[in-house]
Amino acid sequence: MSMKIGTDPFHERVETGINNSFMRGAVAGAQERLRTRRLDAAAELGNWEEWRALGEEIRQHTLEHLDYYLMQLSENVAKRGGHVFFAQTAEEANQYIRDVVIKKNAKKIVKSKSMVTEEIHLNPVLEAAGCEVIETDLGEYILQIDDHDPPSHIVAPALHKNKEQIRDVFRKKLDYDKTEKPEELASHARKMLRNEYLTADIGITGCNFAIAESGSITLVTNEGNADLVTALPKTQITVMGMERIVPTFEEMEVLVSLLTRSAVGQKLTSYITVLTGPRDEGDVDGPEEFHLVIVDNGRSDILGTEFQSVLQCIRCAACVNVCPVYRHIGGHSYGSIYSGPIGAVLSPLLGGYDDYKELPYASTLCAACTEACPVKIPLHELLLKHRQVIVEREGKAPISEKLAMKAFGLGAASSLLYKFGSKVAPSALQPFTADQRITKGIGPLKAWTEIREFPAPNKERFRDWFREHKKGGEQ
Amino acid sequence: MANGAIHNRDTFLQTIAKRLGREPRTSAVSRPAWKHQPQWTVFQGYSQDDLLEVLKSQCSRIHTDFVATTADALAATLKQTVAQYGGGPVVTWNDPRFAEYRLMPLLQSEWPNEQIDVHIWDASAGRKNIEWAEKANVGITFSDITLAESGTVVLFSNSGKGRTVSFLPQTYIAIIPKSTIVPRMTQAAAYIHKQIENGEQVASCINFITGPSNSADIEMNLVVGVHGPVKATYIVVTDR
Repeated sequence: MSMKIGTDPFHERVETGINNSFMRGAVAGAQERLRTRRLDAAAELGNWEEWRALGEEIRQHTLEHLDYYLMQLSENVAKRGGHVFFAQTAEEANQYIRDVVIKKNAKKIVKSKSMVTEEIHLNPVLEAAGCEVIETDLGEYILQIDDHDPPSHIVAPALHKNKEQIRDVFRKKLDYDKTEKPEELASHARKMLRNEYLTADIGITGCNFAIAESGSITLVTNEGNADLVTALPKTQITVMGMERIVPTFEEMEVLVSLLTRSAVGQKLTSYITVLTGPRDEGDVDGPEEFHLVIVDNGRSDILGTEFQSVLQCIRCAACVNVCPVYRHIGGHSYGSIYSGPIGAVLSPLLGGYDDYKELPYASTLCAACTEACPVKIPLHELLLKHRQVIVEREGKAPISEKLAMKAFGLGAASSLLYKFGSKVAPSALQPFTADQRITKGIGPLKAWTEIREFPAPNKERFRDWFREHKKGGEQ
Repeated sequence: MANGAIHNRDTFLQTIAKRLGREPRTSAVSRPAWKHQPQWTVFQGYSQDDLLEVLKSQCSRIHTDFVATTADALAATLKQTVAQYGGGPVVTWNDPRFAEYRLMPLLQSEWPNEQIDVHIWDASAGRKNIEWAEKANVGITFSDITLAESGTVVLFSNSGKGRTVSFLPQTYIAIIPKSTIVPRMTQAAAYIHKQIENGEQVASCINFITGPSNSADIEMNLVVGVHGPVKATYIVVTDR
């Protein structure tokens, strides 16, 4: 599946993540900062729970009437002279965009940050069509010039890199001769990218929220790159996941308020831009031609199922920023462009259980994600549902769990065997135990203890403790 | 403008309806009255002066200089702010408010006499405008609606109000008539929604701009000034 990043198996990805101490420090620091800023921004409003309830209600209503609102959106885009392409699959979307690119004889394409174009793996298709493709979000730009390093966070894609690494990449690839100061690095990127905007043939964007009543698209950035991507090239192509839509400007406003507070703790980001169709007659800047590509790519299979609420997501990454598992293993371990709790729910749905069956288990079910979500997606419950589906319908429980359950089943089925097992467990596992923890497990325990410790079996069995206790109580 | 094309819609929408377990819904869905509407309670009952204070204090959080002035003193204030930014070239919208606020003498004679280049957006000059904006040190626009809570200026584009004036120049100045200040984005969205309900056409580009451009993509360090302006000033005209 194209949203996949890397080919290493899950446990190896996790090991790489765990051993990357810079990345772990950076992730922990970023989580801390973003989480605090979100909490402050929410506290400032005073009635955050009401806002969340409103966000949830808007998203649920829109999903229940998705076909209607998409119909209205497409009518209104066309009325303003824009073209709309409904793409059932990633291939259909890429094919359409490729056709536009070829028809326009485009050589250079500038892009503003878009998760859905990562998901459908658009860039290689454009490059194969002979185009130079330039990502303009600073984080994405850094990753792109570093030989397409994959993103590790939905909002801050280059979070796993430190400034020295970025400086070295700039020196190697961009003739950069200054220091690792973020200001100098950013100023160099500004200079390099200015010229790209001015000479690009096509601008490609994602879409935070489409507005059905007017046929508009909303772009949310801090850098202002989406504005340049849409104001300067003659052709604009916007790609949106089909669920990224609201009925009117009034709902867009509420969801943008929830998004910017939840993502970065800002009341609004520096640039929120609402674009409707191509430029009007008489306008000088803005595109002459506008294409909106609406992508299904597995989303409709989620509608009407127990997982429908995951489509409420507004991609703020608040769940990522509170997740204790993400904190330790980092974004790349998820093997998907969608990381963290939302990635663990969404990736198996869009990419299939074959590739992503481990993700629902990469969770402590602590529910911090659910609590953080501004549109009240019950993320930890959906993770649990995944586990249920994996075991009951797919028969794909992780091998270690299967073995453990089988052994437990065997042992627990016979009271004699169970008694024996629980009695010998402490001494059998003694060689692997230090300080009441098992840190180097064998067999099925190995995969577990590579990531975390396992509590050693108690020397005093519950049964014995209970008998003793009961005796005490009777006296 | 000719209508655009729509491809593959029917099967796409039918699939969605089928998954939702019903026939495609093509008409007569109305928005419910949302159970909670906390957005309307923010700064409820605030006077225009109260909102001005909210805006002022928000400016310090968005790396934006805040200057209050009067209509009479506006030209002098503007001149001083541009001087602080190192002078021209200057690019402005072609907006009747520049004349209303008696800024034309500054734009058309005072600055040119001081060798400060001024380009007023001119749709008939086509792409040349973009070159001006790109070379400009300062871009100047009025604010159409101003959001106190977030410190945001709302700009509606048209043929005289080029999009790039606010984000290609090195620095940006927004002139804010005090009467344009509303509590938050809610009021601006409601205004635009009303326009649409009345059958009016919305501007092809509506910018909600909150201070200069910035990024935290390098080790979460805030860098102010990435693709758009590196500095911004709001000049509030308190008696208009």
